[in-house]
Amino acid sequence: MSLDLPPSGCSTAPVLKERGQREVFCGLTGIIWLHRKMQDAFFLVVGSRTCAHLLQSAAGVMIFAEPRFGTAILEEKDLAGLADANAELDREVARLLARRPDIRQLFLVGSCPSEVIKLDLSRAAERLNGMHAPHVRVYNYSGSGIETTFTQGEDACLAAMVPTLPATQAAELLVVGALPDVVEDQCLALLSALGVGPVRMLPARRAADLPAVGPNTRYILTQPFLADTAVALDRRGGTRITAPFPFGEEGTTLWLQAVADAFGVPQARFDSVTAAPRARARKAVAAHSATLAGKSVFFFPDSQLEIPLARFLARECGMRPLEVGSPFLHRALMENELALLPAGPIISEGQDVDRQLDRHAGLSPDLTVCGLGLANPLEARGFATKWAIELVFTPVHFYEQAGDLAALFSRPLRRRAILEQGVTA
Amino acid sequence: MKLTLWTYEGPPHVGAMRVATGMKGLHYVLHAPQGDTYADLLFTMIERRNHRPPVTYTTFQASDLGADTATLFKSAAKAAYDRFQPQAMIVGASCTAELIQDDPGGLATALDLPCPVIPLDLPSYSRKETFGADETFHAIVRALAKPMARTADITCNLLGATALGFRHRDDVAEVTRLLALMGVRVNVAAPLGASPADIARMGQAHFNVLLYPETGEGAARYLERACGQPFTKVVPIGVGATRDFLHEVAGITGLSPSVDESGLRLPWWSASVDSTYLTGKRVFLFGDATHVMAAARIAATEIGFEVVGMGCYNREFARPMRAAAKAYGLEALITDDYLEVEDAIAAAAPELILGTQQERHIGKRLGIPCAVISSPVHVQDFPARYSPQMGFEGANVIFDTWIHPLVMGLEEHLLTMFREDFEFHDAAGASHHGGKAEARVMPAEAPVAEAAEGALPPGFAPPRDISGQKMPEAAAPAPQTAGTVMAPVWLAEAEAELRKIPFFVRGKAKRNTETYAAGRGLAAISIETLYEAKAHYAR
Repeated sequence: MSLDLPPSGCSTAPVLKERGQREVFCGLTGIIWLHRKMQDAFFLVVGSRTCAHLLQSAAGVMIFAEPRFGTAILEEKDLAGLADANAELDREVARLLARRPDIRQLFLVGSCPSEVIKLDLSRAAERLNGMHAPHVRVYNYSGSGIETTFTQGEDACLAAMVPTLPATQAAELLVVGALPDVVEDQCLALLSALGVGPVRMLPARRAADLPAVGPNTRYILTQPFLADTAVALDRRGGTRITAPFPFGEEGTTLWLQAVADAFGVPQARFDSVTAAPRARARKAVAAHSATLAGKSVFFFPDSQLEIPLARFLARECGMRPLEVGSPFLHRALMENELALLPAGPIISEGQDVDRQLDRHAGLSPDLTVCGLGLANPLEARGFATKWAIELVFTPVHFYEQAGDLAALFSRPLRRRAILEQGVTA
Repeated sequence: MKLTLWTYEGPPHVGAMRVATGMKGLHYVLHAPQGDTYADLLFTMIERRNHRPPVTYTTFQASDLGADTATLFKSAAKAAYDRFQPQAMIVGASCTAELIQDDPGGLATALDLPCPVIPLDLPSYSRKETFGADETFHAIVRALAKPMARTADITCNLLGATALGFRHRDDVAEVTRLLALMGVRVNVAAPLGASPADIARMGQAHFNVLLYPETGEGAARYLERACGQPFTKVVPIGVGATRDFLHEVAGITGLSPSVDESGLRLPWWSASVDSTYLTGKRVFLFGDATHVMAAARIAATEIGFEVVGMGCYNREFARPMRAAAKAYGLEALITDDYLEVEDAIAAAAPELILGTQQERHIGKRLGIPCAVISSPVHVQDFPARYSPQMGFEGANVIFDTWIHPLVMGLEEHLLTMFREDFEFHDAAGASHHGGKAEARVMPAEAPVAEAAEGALPPGFAPPRDISGQKMPEAAAPAPQTAGTVMAPVWLAEAEAELRKIPFFVRGKAKRNTETYAAGRGLAAISIETLYEAKAHYAR
């Protein structure tokens, strides 16, 4: 299959841009998976009690004895004098690092309040690097709600790391995006079977494994929300391999094909490596497409995964997307996806939740993908829903997860059918 | 600046949301950036609410900050009124909006909306969730409730129940039922279930029942002043407290406090011989002050436990909490840092924890059973069945809930008799609980922590071996010999004997023995020392 598809699908579809109340998380939420991915990292939010409460509510973090993230909660006296706030931050960081000698990377994460009071965390990071290098590397990025939506927090985090990555002339492949370990291992196994290498990952599981980057680096994104990271890598001389994202059998094949083409992998080898997992993925997806085929689906904006997932549901599961909402639409990263997405749905960017709920009620979809704040209220009104956050918290990339991805969407419909039987029996 | 890994309470505007979401016909316009909408899921997911909380978030962005966030607030408030047509509106700011000082109250008033608009002033950088709930309810009552003629029959209002409260839904029903037995009708229960129109007719009740001082005291005091309504001070959690409460209501109304108690089972369940094993079990209590103080009384006098530690996270109630703790010969722990709570629990080595969801996790880590008695809540604290904490049925529910996590009577004896039994060992856990009981790893010299792992369901962290925990300095009056403190060494046979002691008291036994040995200047601990210490500390 070639990537030189003529512009089609939704490439030229108009985009409904909305501005109003947004029912989405802020970028701080990414800390929940990033801190599990980076095993020697601590994420210190400089913010308010709201930030702390958001993190624990979104994550249910009581499961951790002492999680590797926390909030330095600003108090009234910090608001009065920024000099004192900096001194307090230094003290809290020193105390934290003394208690957690296992920490090698510390992320100072900006929040809405820290940005409004203009607490300069980049200078704080510089200062703290002076105090704690080389044992600990201190970064800073913003996960604030006034700047970032949900998965943009990961983008901001990775983009903050790129300028400090060591330089290299080596011709390496850099795979970008935090993946569950099991998925990362599958991805590396596929690339290794194709003979592509050396392969580096960003983020790496530990600070010592951080990749180097340079003019011979070619990189590919695994997540559609990494626009700033891509810009930062371009600035370091990296070349982006463009492809659809590796969701479903088709997405994974096109993604791998793009890498294979860039690294000159013979087609025969590509076919032999991918044939078996492709067949498995198709079979696994088929088990669910019977439930999904012909059903309509509506995406509220959440993670920026919406367009790739709508493409997967439309092309591999036979669903009919009615509206595909995304918090942001990065045309440059999304052009391959938009070309594949069959024409028809409303493509919307941003959100005015009340108006979107009106449109949703008018369209009355068979399945609604939405955030946790909307799911039960919509279920109570008779709509089958899929929590969008599960799509980010579940291994869904590459061949072996294609069936699991389809199952996430078919389960609410199957469950509904089971319960309806129970009521009428 | 204070580093916080986990917090018992959210910010004050979440408290305001608990009031707004509990009510009907009220809308909350919150000046807040995107992301603050996370609070919606507390209600829709944890409490399984089938409606979105009645909250409009203005969702300002960085690009708005230089421009006009005030206009954004005004258009959001206007649109919210037009769409939801509430009977009344509350308006306020979240932590970030507080910094940009747009004055939501003034802006909303300027809109001249055709409904009462109640401004909230909730300081985000110094106060927390329960304060926010109390202050919001107080503000609504102050704005809408007026003195008026009393109802012909004897009525009261129930104050303090909110959305996301620990068993508030069922407590309101149970107390309503209880009061009906005395001949008292509930005029308005608020905020939970009330509309602004209901708040406006609160003045016609004869008195108020303050269910939850944390979230209702501001309103109760206001109504006492403004409408001349006395309010009850006893929170009817537990048998004794419920009877005291009925007497208090009798004092206010002149009605008889004697009601039908045929549904009350706790006293007999507690007196029946099966419960003998509960005698003197060491319990540690932590949560909100009201629930902890009530639980301490039940534990000490109605179930026969020994209260070995208690405290609360809401500093506003530090004073009554300290006084209550003193009655049990304890120093109250007032903190919102769960790591301090964990240390205190480890040091007290209780056999049962009564706490919040956080203490349940602490218990899991330490290998100590726990029952939940207080907010903060999670989805399990909203059971499908009726399960109040208040009144006589509440007492029944409490007995069941607290006893369930424990190893039961005869089973406990068997565990004590055959401590080294390879399948029925103490670390295998109670037989009525989930989790796979595993045969003890032979040889018996297996490390304590490893042997204990089998008791836990897959995926749960093994309990930390707390026997090695440092004791608080004050409790370790070790003799100073030539400037050095010699910690007594455990002889191998004594250590093996120690391992035969059930895990839930092992930490305590170890520390008692070490204190005893150190106090006598012993260099080594033998089996004799262990049993001498046991006799010394026998109660």
